[in-house]
Amino acid sequence: MKYVDEYRDPKIAQAVASEIARKVTRPWVLMEVCGGQTHTLMRYGIDELLPPKIELVHGPGCPVCVTPLDMLDRAVRIASLPNVTFTSFGDMLRVPGSESDLFQAKAWGADVRVVYSPLDAVKIARANPERKVVFFGVGFETTAPANGMAVWQAKREGLKNFSMLVSHVLVPPAMRLILSSPANRVQGFIAPGHVCTVMGYHQYEELASDFHVPMVVGGFEPLDLLEAISMLVSQLEEGRAEVENQYTRSVNREGNLAAQNILREVFEVSGRQWRGIGPIPESGYRLRDEFAEFDAERIFGMEGCHAEEPRECISALVLQGLKKPLDCTAFGKRCTPVTPLGAPMVSSEGACAAYYQYRRHA
Amino acid sequence: MCLAVPGRLLSIEGDDPAFRVGRVDFCGVKRTVNLAFTPDAEPGDFLLVHVGFALTRVDEEEAHRTYQYLAQIGALAEEGLAPLDQVRLAPLDQVAIAPFNPEEIAP
Amino acid sequence: MLETIPETASFVCPTPPRQRDRIVLGHGSGGRLSAELLRDVFLPLFSNPVLDRMDDQAIVEIGGARVAFTTDSFVVQPLFFPGGDIGSLAVHGTVNDLAMGGARPLFLSAGFILEEGFSVAALRRISSSMAEAAAAAGVMIVTGDTKVVERGKGDGLFINTTGIGIVPDGVRLSARQARPGDRVILSGAIGDHGIAILCRREGLEFENEILSDSAALHNLVGAMLSASTGANAIRCLRDPTRGGVSSALNEIAEQSKVSIQIQETCIPVREEVRGACELLGLDPLYIANEGKLLAIVAPEAVDQILAAMRRDPLGREAAIIGTVGDESAGMVTLRTAFGSTRIVDMLAGEQLPRIC
Repeated sequence: MKYVDEYRDPKIAQAVASEIARKVTRPWVLMEVCGGQTHTLMRYGIDELLPPKIELVHGPGCPVCVTPLDMLDRAVRIASLPNVTFTSFGDMLRVPGSESDLFQAKAWGADVRVVYSPLDAVKIARANPERKVVFFGVGFETTAPANGMAVWQAKREGLKNFSMLVSHVLVPPAMRLILSSPANRVQGFIAPGHVCTVMGYHQYEELASDFHVPMVVGGFEPLDLLEAISMLVSQLEEGRAEVENQYTRSVNREGNLAAQNILREVFEVSGRQWRGIGPIPESGYRLRDEFAEFDAERIFGMEGCHAEEPRECISALVLQGLKKPLDCTAFGKRCTPVTPLGAPMVSSEGACAAYYQYRRHA
Repeated sequence: MCLAVPGRLLSIEGDDPAFRVGRVDFCGVKRTVNLAFTPDAEPGDFLLVHVGFALTRVDEEEAHRTYQYLAQIGALAEEGLAPLDQVRLAPLDQVAIAPFNPEEIAP
Repeated sequence: MLETIPETASFVCPTPPRQRDRIVLGHGSGGRLSAELLRDVFLPLFSNPVLDRMDDQAIVEIGGARVAFTTDSFVVQPLFFPGGDIGSLAVHGTVNDLAMGGARPLFLSAGFILEEGFSVAALRRISSSMAEAAAAAGVMIVTGDTKVVERGKGDGLFINTTGIGIVPDGVRLSARQARPGDRVILSGAIGDHGIAILCRREGLEFENEILSDSAALHNLVGAMLSASTGANAIRCLRDPTRGGVSSALNEIAEQSKVSIQIQETCIPVREEVRGACELLGLDPLYIANEGKLLAIVAPEAVDQILAAMRRDPLGREAAIIGTVGDESAGMVTLRTAFGSTRIVDMLAGEQLPRIC
């Protein structure tokens, strides 16, 4: 596959890893925020290639993992209502809510369907005017334009039976929270490549200078991540704290203006609860009032009660990079992909799931 | 969740910018993709696609530059890496596999 | 809020794992949930020495002959797909289960559950497909049954086939026989069937259409058995259907109490299958195949068995993909093209529903 295969060349990977080893003189702690990047790092064993002085910790970059418990409960409740067709990306189906999950709801008779695109949900709404079609709008800034466009199209067409349960989160506020914590150990960030394809990377410049922490926008193939790590190490060794772009083939500083326009038109920034972390102000999106008729939360009048995480689950600490999944007493025993206690074990991009799938023996 | 894959735009349909769609080829698999966020895309371009939408055009010059840079690092370590335009995509009916080498299995 | 997060040491009562009291789709996917259902519901109630061996087929002694006996149900959606249909699949699937036990398949039964309103023309097409597949495989469909359920209760058509065959003397195949040092052979490229189904379902289009690899493997197995000199040179055969290569290897590793290591660069996958997998975020190791087999083979017999496979039309792309070890019993690992190692875990829940 062009623009994919060449960034998986093992010989070059070795060479970049050796270059990093030559440059590094002291230990550094680096964090990648995006779950897709976590997945690549684990799947290709990038950490095995890096010199031991480099420690990789994984951030809350999995939107599935950080979707709050009460949002899951709302989803299950809406899905279980009569005449509702509940559509979602596959990842959300097995995330545990307080008592159930969407997969169980399906087993109990709810019409829950996996879609690959929010436009598929709109298509289902068009084809089934007698059903109330709801789409679970989860994701970072990468996915928000697509979800926004789906709502925009629905409004243009005057669809009366389509709505979205919005649970969008934003990366920079989460990074700011991590950097502000007195317990923070992260010294350099790999910024999420596809989020930056949409938003550009100018938002990270303030963070880099406020906290004097270097950031490199990284892609998703192994060579992209190795190169991003190499650039971070250079900055750290030289005492710089700038925002650099490794993923130049898909990212520029301004981002995608057409996508940003839709975001501004359809969504507004709001506070969001991050599962395992807590509320972060101005860290998510919700639908603007002009699109209220497409807002599932408003339509179905959902007020979830506050739900508690299982006490043994340390997702909070894992999501902030303060603990590794292997540190958790439940990991692999009471908490497995089949019987998850927390979200990072369920999502295919969750750190715990990645460790369970690829690293259990370490 | 941020899974986005590059594919080549083959053809475009529709005039209304929000509903403009293209046929995109991902290594032999073709899908219809919404082009609302890439109004300048033209057939032949490589697009980065996420959940049914093209998010950007892949900047082929930058891709080449990135790869050349990486290849150089690789070349310093070992000779003979293929330049980008010679990266071979296996013909569709050819299954390219390496011979099994028991020594390569980690103990 | 960060200051209030307790230290790990202070966590007390773990939440008990969720009890499943309802069947979910994952129970049918051939992965961990399916195995749990067997272990928790069926095995305790039906237990007997034959069943407890949990091979793909049961081998029972009747009047001095070793009879292989197996059953399989087919619920694939859509009913017609590139490279086959539910009918040919129903024949091949059961023939293959018998062949994995080393049996020569002889007779099949065919049970149909039809939904009221189903097209008779479609039924005729499917039956004709079954007849063709059975004739090509040299088996006879000797008995059957038909039931009809009300509209809305049956999804068109379900088929169950049960098959019997005879296992020749001296042939003893079992998932318990893998030993350290053995080689893992895969008969050809993986992922075709699952992707063919998915592309028909999701409306994906391919330049060169991906066809299901649905095929009867008993001749290939026969050639392999003939080529294997020495008792038990072939320890075990498995066809990687639901749950893919990963499930099959995990089952063998668990039952033989060995570890299995496979090499990423040796695993054949068609370019388009790879493309579709990239696009959809799927891993070929977990996707169903209906015309492939895995063989665990003694190292000294590997060359001649591989040669025999490559002479057969269904084994032309056969390749050694890994080896059996004794480090961590029950674990399957993959050495990546990068030289790093990762675990190939059993599928936890549902990857692709209704592909078999």
